[in-house]
Amino acid sequence: MSHSPDHPAIEVHGVHKRFGATTALRGLDLAVSAGTVCGLLGPNGAGKTTATRILATLTRPDAGRAQVAGFDVVSQPDEVRRRIGFAGQHAAVEEGITGRDNLYLIGRLHHLGARRARRRADELLERFGLHDAADRLVRGYSGGMRRRLDLIASLVIRPAVLFLDEPTTGLDPRSRGDIWEIVRELVADGTTVLLTTQYLDEADRLADDIAVLDHGRLIASGPPEALKAAIGTRVEVTLADTAQLPTAAAVLAALTGGEPTRDEAERRVGAVSVPGRPVALPRLIRDLDASGVQAQDVALGHPSLDDVFLALTGRAATDEPTTGLAPAVTP
Amino acid sequence: MSTLAGSTPGGGNLPGRSVAGPGDGLAPISLAGRARFAMSDAWTLALRVLLYYRHSPGLIVASLAAPLAMLVVFGYIFGSAMRVPGEAGYRDYLMPGLFTLIAVNGIMPSMTGAARDVGRGVTDRLRTLPISRSAALFGQTVADLAVSAVVLALLLGMGLALGWRAHDGLASAAAAVALLLLFRFVTNWIGIGLGLVIGREDTAAQLSVLVFPLAMVTNVFVPTGGMPGWLRVIADWNPISAVAAAARDLFGNEVPSTSAVAWPLEHPVAATLAWSALLLAVFVPLAVRAFTTHGR
Repeated sequence: MSHSPDHPAIEVHGVHKRFGATTALRGLDLAVSAGTVCGLLGPNGAGKTTATRILATLTRPDAGRAQVAGFDVVSQPDEVRRRIGFAGQHAAVEEGITGRDNLYLIGRLHHLGARRARRRADELLERFGLHDAADRLVRGYSGGMRRRLDLIASLVIRPAVLFLDEPTTGLDPRSRGDIWEIVRELVADGTTVLLTTQYLDEADRLADDIAVLDHGRLIASGPPEALKAAIGTRVEVTLADTAQLPTAAAVLAALTGGEPTRDEAERRVGAVSVPGRPVALPRLIRDLDASGVQAQDVALGHPSLDDVFLALTGRAATDEPTTGLAPAVTP
Repeated sequence: MSTLAGSTPGGGNLPGRSVAGPGDGLAPISLAGRARFAMSDAWTLALRVLLYYRHSPGLIVASLAAPLAMLVVFGYIFGSAMRVPGEAGYRDYLMPGLFTLIAVNGIMPSMTGAARDVGRGVTDRLRTLPISRSAALFGQTVADLAVSAVVLALLLGMGLALGWRAHDGLASAAAAVALLLLFRFVTNWIGIGLGLVIGREDTAAQLSVLVFPLAMVTNVFVPTGGMPGWLRVIADWNPISAVAAAARDLFGNEVPSTSAVAWPLEHPVAATLAWSALLLAVFVPLAVRAFTTHGR
C-alpha cells in the first residue's frame, strides 16, 4: 500500500472534473515516476491547476482515480496529506506574524512536536537564506521572499510529493533561479515534483518529463528532448532585405514541409520541419543562394517548447519570444 | 508520537536532522491519536490568532473605537436630551447595549479575516495539511473569543470609570459576561461561515456595512416600545435585542416597560440561549462545510 520507488509517485486514470458548465478535465491520464520532476504544461484553462488541486486533495474528481504516494486522493486524503507539500499560485503565508512562526505553525499542523517544529523552522530558514528576516513580520517581506517562504512552508515535512502551481509566476529572474535551485535539491533528495508552469524554459530546465495538457486532456508527454525531436528541426533565417521575405519563406516551406512564420520587423523567417524530414545546413544555404536570398544569419536548432506546443495544439502557448536556438552560421 | 517517527539520518543536500526523508516511516494513526491531533490542531490555529494579535495589539484598541464613539454620540450627545423610564439614567441603559455591540461588531473582522484567508490561499494551504477541519475552526474561534474577552473587559472598566454600575451582585454580573461572550462566540462562527462562503476580502468588507443597520434595529440604543409597529416586531425579535436585554437584566440595568413586551425581551436569558443554539446549529456546519469543500 505504501509508497515504494518502483511505483509511480503520481498515478491518474481517466479523471473528469466539471465546475458548473465548465469542463476542466475530460479523462486525464498521467503517471509520474518517483524522484522525478514532471512539468505540467498548457495554456490557461487547460486544466493544469485543477489537476494539481485534485492531486493535493483540494478538489474532488467527478470520475476516475488518482493516487499520490500510493494512496487514493479521495478515499485516503489524510494519508496523502501527510506526505505532500503544496505551494499554490499565492504566497499563502500569514502576513501578520513572523516567517519563523509561519513555519513553526505548519510544523505543528503536521504534528511534529513543538521542539522539532521549532528546530525544523530554524533549519529551513538558515538553509534558504531567510534567517535574517526570520523574526520580522511577513508583511514587510519582498514578493520574492514571500514566495520563498511559501515554498519552504511546503517543505516542512520533506514531502514525498511536492506540488508547485506556477511557483515562479511574477518573480524576478534571480528569485526564479533561487526557486529552481531549491527544486533541484529536493529532487536530488528523493522528492517527486509536479510543477505547472506557463514558462516553457522553466519546464525545459527543470523537468525530467513534460506532460502537455490541452482542453483537460493529456495530448503529449515525454522528456523535453524527445518531445522536441518528435517535431523536427527549427530553421530561422534573418535577411538583409525585407523584400526577400516571401522568397525566403517559400524556400523554407519547400525545405521543411512546415509553415513558415514571418517577422517583418526583425526581417526574419522561421519554420519547423515536419517530423521525419531532417534539415541539413549546407542544403539550406544552397537553396537560399539559388533563390538569390541574401541571408544575414542562418540558425538551425532544436525547436523550443513553444514550437512543440504550437505543433501539438495549433496555438502559441505564450507571447514570449522563442528560445533554444543555437546560431549555426553567420555568412 | 506516531507520525514521522524513526527519523533517518538526512542524506542529500537538504537539512534533514529533525524530520525523516520523503514520506518514509509513517505509521497509521490510531483513533486516540486522532483525538490528540485534533486538540493539537485547535491549539495551533488558536496560537496563530494569538500571535497575530501579539504583533498587532493596536487592533484590540481599535475594536474599542466603535463602542466608544457610540458612547459619546448616544451617551453624551443624544443622551443629554433622552429620558428612559425608571430610576436609572440613559447611560446606565446604554452601557449593556454597547457591551453587546462588541459581540455584534466582531462579525466584521471574523468575516473579512476568513475571506482574506480564502483569497490569499491560506485556506487551501491549511486544507492540504493532515488536520481536523472542525478542530481548526474551533481553535480559531476560541482564540478570537479570548481576544474579545480582553476587549469586553476594557469596555467594562471604562463603563465603571464613567459611573455605570452592575446592581444585581457579582454572580449575576458574571452570568451577564458569560452570555455576552457566548454571543461573541456565535457571531464569530457567523462571520467565519459567511467569510468562507464569500471568499473575497473586498466583498466581505463591503458587506460588513450591513452589520450597522442590524445593530441599530434593536433595543441597543433605545427601548423598542416607541418604534412603529412593524419596526418594533423586527427589533423585538432581533437576537441582538435579546442579548442586550439579557445583559441589562443580569447587570440590573433594566428599565420598566411602558407597553406589552415581546416574548424574547420578557425572557431575555432564555431567548439568548435559544438564539445562540439556533445560530450555532446553522453556522457551525456551514463554516465547517465551506472550509472543507471550498473549491471542491
